[in-house]
Formats: sequence, C-alpha cells, structure tokens
Amino acid sequence: MNPHLVLPLIIPLATAMILFVTGRRGNRAAVIGLIGFAGLFGAGVSLLIRVASSGIMATGPGNWSAPYGITLVADNLSALMVAITGLMGLMVFIYSLYGEMRGNDDGGFYALFHVLLMGVCGAFLAGDIFNLYVWFEVMLIASFVLLARGRSRLEMIASVKYVVMNLVSSGIFLIGIGLLYAKVGSLNMADIAVKLSESEADARLVLSTGMLFLVAFGIKAAVFPLYFWLPSSYHAPPLAVSAIFSALLTKVGVYSLIRTFTLIFNQDQAFSSRLLLVIAGLTMVMGGLGAIAQTDIRRILSFHIISQIGYMIMGLALMTPLGIAGAMLHMVHNIIVKTNLFLISGIIAHHGRGAYRIEQLGGLYRHKPLLALLFLVPAFSLAGFPPLSGFFTKYLLIQAGLETRSWLISGIALAVAMLTLVSMTKIWNHAFWKRAPETFEPMKTPVRLWLPAATLASLSVSIGLAAEPIFEFGRQTAGQLLEPEGYIEAVLGGR
Amino acid sequence: MEPFWAVIVGVLFAAAVYMLLRRHLAKLAIGLILLSNAANLLILSAPGLVRGRPDFVPEGAQVLGPGHADPLPQALILTAIVIGFGVLAFFLALMRRVFLEVSDLDVEMLKE
Repeated sequence: MNPHLVLPLIIPLATAMILFVTGRRGNRAAVIGLIGFAGLFGAGVSLLIRVASSGIMATGPGNWSAPYGITLVADNLSALMVAITGLMGLMVFIYSLYGEMRGNDDGGFYALFHVLLMGVCGAFLAGDIFNLYVWFEVMLIASFVLLARGRSRLEMIASVKYVVMNLVSSGIFLIGIGLLYAKVGSLNMADIAVKLSESEADARLVLSTGMLFLVAFGIKAAVFPLYFWLPSSYHAPPLAVSAIFSALLTKVGVYSLIRTFTLIFNQDQAFSSRLLLVIAGLTMVMGGLGAIAQTDIRRILSFHIISQIGYMIMGLALMTPLGIAGAMLHMVHNIIVKTNLFLISGIIAHHGRGAYRIEQLGGLYRHKPLLALLFLVPAFSLAGFPPLSGFFTKYLLIQAGLETRSWLISGIALAVAMLTLVSMTKIWNHAFWKRAPETFEPMKTPVRLWLPAATLASLSVSIGLAAEPIFEFGRQTAGQLLEPEGYIEAVLGGR
Repeated sequence: MEPFWAVIVGVLFAAAVYMLLRRHLAKLAIGLILLSNAANLLILSAPGLVRGRPDFVPEGAQVLGPGHADPLPQALILTAIVIGFGVLAFFLALMRRVFLEVSDLDVEMLKE
C-alpha cells in the first residue's frame, strides 16, 4: 500500500474525527483544523511532486489486486487537483477563522469542512467507478449540511433546490453505473477501458450509457441546460461555504467528465466531441449573459462559474492535446481566481456592512485603494488579461479551437471574455468608483481576510509569469489522458 | 425474468419522474425514494438474474463456472441503499426545517 495516495484521505478524516470528539468550535478546534489543512496541502504537494517525477501511481488500500479491489490512482491530473484542493482548503479555512464568514458555529463547521474535502480528494483519486460514486456522496452529504446549517429562509430555499438536483444527479449516475457494469462486467475504470477497447460492440451501445454519465456529471458541473440550480443556491450560505463550493464542487464534475470521456467513452469521438462543443458554447453564453443581468455580487460570480465551466468543456470537446491541456490548466486557474473573487466579495461586503447588492455599495476605491488593486488582479485574470493566469489558459483553449478549425466555438470563447469583462466592470463601477453611501465608515480589513485573498492573487500572477513550465506539465498530462495505456498499465500491471 | 423486471423498473422510473414534477415537497421526497429504488432494482436486474444457483466455487475448481448468480451487483445495491437511506433521511429533516421556517411545503415558496 502506497501511503502517498492514502494520506490525502486519511488526514481530513482523522482531523474531522478529532474535531467531532474534542469539541467542534472554539480556538482549539480552529488550531486543529488549521493543522489538518496544512497537512492535507503538504500531502497533496508531495503527491504531485512524486507523480510528476516518477509517473502514474496506483495502490489498492485493501491489498486486493487491481480489477477486484478498490483502487486509488494518481496521474498528473488527479495529483494536481488534490494539491490544489489542499491549497484551497487551507486558504478558505484561514478566511473562515473570521467568524462572520462561516456563520453560526453549532453545526460543526470545521469538522464538516474537512469531511467535504475528504470527499473531494477521494473523487479525484478514485480508480473505480463505484468508488467514485461513494466519494461523490461523501462530498454531497457534507455540502448539504454546510448549506443547510444556517436557519434563514434564503438558506432553506437554496438547500432544497441544491439537495433535490444533486439527488437526481446521483440517481442518474447510479443507473449509469448499473448499465455499464451490465455491459462490461467490471467497475475498475482501467479494466473497463481495456474491455471496451477489445470488444467489437457498437460504439453507440456504449455511448448510450455514456450519455447517462454526461447528464449526471453535467448536473454536478452545472453545464447548459442543467446549471439553473447553481446560481439559486450558491449565494445563500455564509461566504466561506460559497467560496469552497465554487472552488471545488463543480470542478469535481468537470474532472469526472474529463476522466470518463478520455478513458472510457472514447469510442465515437466525433459524436461526443460535437455534442460537448454545443454544450460548451451554450454554457459559456448563458453564464456570461446571466451574469450581466444580476446585481448581487455573489450571483454575478455564480454565473461566471457557469461560463468558465463552458471553457473547460470546450477544451475537453476538442480532444486534442492542446485542448485537454488548456481545459486542465483553465480548471486550475479558475479554482484559484474564482475562489479569490468570492473571498474578495466577502471583504467588500464586510466594508459594506454585509451588503452584497452592488447598489448599496460604493466608495471603496477612495477609502480602500489596496482592496481595489486586490480585486483588479482576479477580475482581470478571469476576463483574460495578460500577463495573468486567465490570459494564458484562454489563449491555449482558443489556439486549440483554431487549430481544429472550430471557428464558431473560438469566436464564442472570445466574445464571452468580453461579457466577463462587462460584468466585472459593473462590480467595479458600483462597489469601487461610485460615491460611498452615507452610512459608510472606513475600517481595517482583518489579516485573516486579506491574507488568503492576497496569496491567491499572487498565485494567479505567478502562474501567468511561469507559463512555460506549467504549460509543459499540462502537455504531459494531456498525453497521459489521451493515450491511457500508461494509466491502464499503472493500475492493472503494477500489482 | 429480465423483461418482467425491465417493465417494473421502467414503471418505477416513470412514477418517480411524475412525483418529482409534483408541486408538494413531500411528493418530491416520494419521487426521490422511487428513483433510488428504481436505480437499485436496475442494478440488480441489468447484469442478468439467476435463480437458485448460489455462487459457491465447486470442490477442486479455482474459479466459479458460468451461469451462477453474480454477487457484485448485490453488494453495490447494499451500498447504494445505505447511502440512499441516509441522504433521504437528511432530506426529510430538511423538509421539516423548511416547514418550520417557511410554514409551507408547496414549491411556490421556492421562488424568491
């Protein structure tokens, strides 16, 4: 058993259990939680370094050999996602130490936060399709409780929508697993890939099951036309919860789409690629247009999650090395930048006495110039300005689109970047440039709030500046995903 | 056997979708219950149903011969039932809290 693959699951589990036993709130709980996330981030980074240097790793926690027992696998994509999950956990956790941002304490916020991240890491590392379902459920139940912890009417309504949509999605996922098992007779993803590539079966038979997975993961990833639950639930909970949801939960859906459509459902690529391109284009446009119509900062950002998911699906749909690399790097960029914008929106609301509606805000450029600068970095990065991370990943995606002569989707991607800029300008005009409301009183921003935001902003800048080595890593990852022989051998051959 | 179960599963899915589209939250919960039960039955029947042939490896043989019941779908369903049960329990608790907060269970109240 390889400890590097198991640690990202053990650490949050152990921390959550310690927190449940020793008391779920107060300073001691905060310190234990912080240590847990530092450990998770460390484990993620060490996993990433190992995978990058020595290739794909796989292990069977029950000491059952690969197609029979549960397998944990880390290739470049999984390891990178685990590392970034640890980082986001740490950053949002520091942010949540400021009480206003995590809501009331009696729901066991710290412990649930760790359970949520365990589910996310498990989903990234699962090498077995049913195990992926189980990790999804771990993640979901933690997110349900985090969302429904507050007792306000808004949170209750948001929870109902979120819970129902996700339960339907889980049901569809389960149906897909059942049918896939009926066809192939295996649950191990590498084994399924081998069996399907050896079989002479009609590709459409396999893809019909693939479509069930597309719908199930599409609901989680909030793609068109299944995105409507996201903007009506992400603005309700306390900000730290919105931030970690927007960072990771939809991306688990995108990750699962990338994994299944490169490894398992790669028989009729022309068909799935065309379908995914249509979905990607519509997702971008609807997200971008939706954001313009909103006036609550958190809702604007929620719609941007959707339009950015469109870019990731576009990269997957193109199925070229450049496209996949772009999709993966855009996912990483987006996790960092979107979380950062959510954290900053919390700081803006902190100065605006809890107001998230842009009409009620104002004057922050005059009174808080550094906060304005801090907002500009992720806002420009999201819109795709050089030299920030968003420019570089969007450039890769559009370049990939032009290379495959997909003119329409490339044009849409460029146009939606403009839409993004428009709604970022809207936040800027209202919250920063407008005159301050009369009740405005300047106050200091607590370190716990600006430190994670500033760290993430500097990370976005450094990704943009260190584009070359990161692109190299992305190309290597795309190679692993598009030619899954290495993945299959690591799982089935390395017993 | 399979055609019979296929019809049953199909009817269950139809009923689940119908209930999910109703206006009352309790009916929605029933829809979710039917959906998870239909999915479980589908997992049981899709890989093929075998009656009266438990999967014992015969003496002297290393592996199971063909034509035996497959135990794996049953293990999957067991997991799925437990998860579905837990999640539905959560949904019912949520429903209660919504009722206490909003004092209405019609989906109209989901409008803001």
